[in-house]
Amino acid sequence: MTTALTERLRDYPRATPLLGFGLAAILLFGVAPAVLSDFRLNLLAKFLCFAIVAAGIGLAWGRGGMLTLGQGVFFGIGAYIMAMHMQLADAARLGNDVPEFMEIAGIRELPGFWQPFSSAPVAIIAILVLPGLIAAILGFGVFKRRVRGAYFAILSQALAAALAILLTGQQAIGGFTGLSDFRAFFGFTLSDPVNRQMLFFIAAGTLLAVVALIRQLNNSRYGELLVAVRDAEERVRFLGYDPANIKIVAYVVAAFLAGIAGALFTPIVGIISPADIGIVPSIAFLIGVAIGGRTTLLGPVLGAIGVAWAQTSLSESFPSGWTYLQGVLFIVVVGFIPAGLAGLWPLFKGWLDSRKPAPPTAEPAVGTEEKVEAR
Amino acid sequence: MDVLIGQLFTGLSLGSILLLAALGLALTFGQMGVINMAHGEFIMAGCYTTYVVQQVFSSAGVSLLVSLLLGFLVGGLLGAALEMGLIRYMYDRPLDTLLVTFGVGLVLQQAARDIFGAPAKNVLVPEWLSGGITIAGAVVPKTRIFILVLAIVAVTALAAVLKTTPMGRRIRAVVQNRGLAETSGISSRFTDISTFFIGSGLAGVAGVALTLIGSTSPTIGQSYLIDAFLVVVIGGLGQIKGTVIAAFALGLLNSFIEYSTTASIAKVIVFVLIVIFLQVRPQGLFTVRTRSLA
Repeated sequence: MTTALTERLRDYPRATPLLGFGLAAILLFGVAPAVLSDFRLNLLAKFLCFAIVAAGIGLAWGRGGMLTLGQGVFFGIGAYIMAMHMQLADAARLGNDVPEFMEIAGIRELPGFWQPFSSAPVAIIAILVLPGLIAAILGFGVFKRRVRGAYFAILSQALAAALAILLTGQQAIGGFTGLSDFRAFFGFTLSDPVNRQMLFFIAAGTLLAVVALIRQLNNSRYGELLVAVRDAEERVRFLGYDPANIKIVAYVVAAFLAGIAGALFTPIVGIISPADIGIVPSIAFLIGVAIGGRTTLLGPVLGAIGVAWAQTSLSESFPSGWTYLQGVLFIVVVGFIPAGLAGLWPLFKGWLDSRKPAPPTAEPAVGTEEKVEAR
Repeated sequence: MDVLIGQLFTGLSLGSILLLAALGLALTFGQMGVINMAHGEFIMAGCYTTYVVQQVFSSAGVSLLVSLLLGFLVGGLLGAALEMGLIRYMYDRPLDTLLVTFGVGLVLQQAARDIFGAPAKNVLVPEWLSGGITIAGAVVPKTRIFILVLAIVAVTALAAVLKTTPMGRRIRAVVQNRGLAETSGISSRFTDISTFFIGSGLAGVAGVALTLIGSTSPTIGQSYLIDAFLVVVIGGLGQIKGTVIAAFALGLLNSFIEYSTTASIAKVIVFVLIVIFLQVRPQGLFTVRTRSLA
């Protein structure tokens, strides 16, 4: 191989992030709205919400080795708070004391836990803080006591089951059917296509910001510690770090992102119910991450979008076929291609440049920014 | 007072169901450190076995006894097939195994939906199990007592197999020290398969028992699986007595909290209590002591 080509290959990763970022921005903000119908654009906006959740799972599971089977909890908290706020805002605009579904159910007085969310700032702060706070409390209780591996996976899953059952049992929050029929999103009418396009742009912008955030985290000293904890927790402990703190941060970031995604999901899709946040949807968040490549930056995001797209187009024609395919994907991808589709890239690169064996987690390594690690 | 007795029996009954569901799980988890998410679907397979058997035998009593045997076989064969087909390739990746077996569970669930239809199926309860017995003023359904007895029999039988038979000795040896067991000439492959057969067979038996107290649907296993997992987490690995105590503790706790609040809030309270419990005993009630750090 000539020197020039080697140099070009070496320079390539440095230009990639910015180039990719620009390309994604053009695709999302320019091409997608121009090419897709309103219906398809809204669908894509929904997929972007799943991609935001997937980015968080990629951090916690792919980089941190924590199998979070309960992201539906944080997704649900964000989604339900947003739903409650929109219901209350609708009711206030119509001059009612309680949202419409409560009147139908015969609830005349607003339950206490609804009241704070009539204020938009309180709702937004709750969406941003509550999921992370709950993750921090659970993470503190679990990781500090060195509960890990399958035990943590089971606990996170049990939390999702508990929340879904709790919500199903409460008529005052919509019960089994959940909350739906929202009219406006912070004063913007949801039936207006322009406002729906705005929602898509918000989702797209959030996703780009999230990818940038995760990239910074991955390339920081903290990101290296996180991978080290995944691969050799005891060694990290012997080096003087507390692995629990490192894990808690990743878990909290993942929860924070899932909460934001949930809050965007509600106005975009127009309904949130316990069926969207229970055990099965919580685990289903993982499949896209696994297919895309759990340890990579973009793998989870692209995988989640691809899987959501496949699910929508397949379950339209074969409803039962999708469940089979989902099961088979879990078996084949997790069982036999654990690195996901992104894992095939190093193989290709290794074939391209056989002198330099590629690392299994092929990340464009920049590493110039050193973040002071938050411990 | 009779309310208290009633709640006590509800708790014991729930505990015995959890015990049946968790017993096999504890065995396979203890053996390989692998969580089998398809365990719930093996329970479901037991339920549908009962349903099919009842189509053949007209007498509900005969069909129940036949189903108990067949349920064990069906669950066991499914488990052995899963171990031989997938799990054995993934011993060093327990978390991935969890997801793979979840995929298997999804496929089995959908298969049940396609074969038997989504609506719930009902199984006739034998005459000698209908009605209830009055104990200290509280009426206890006979089916619940039958399940309690069945759970006790299953635990006793499993304990006897593990303690006295050559296969039980091999299983215990592999659980305690796989490497040393292999060095002594035990085929750990064969032991793994037979452990999975027994553990999954117990799931099938649990499924047969469940048909006595409710109707059968494709998602029935899933609804019991999480609680069964929690039993294993609380009980700790490697010893049956941990599973037994944890199952009944969780059953009683659930029934008493449910009585003073509602079913949905009880789930959350129990979850919080479990996390608090893990603060005190992160490894569960009982563990096999090792000197490793992990």
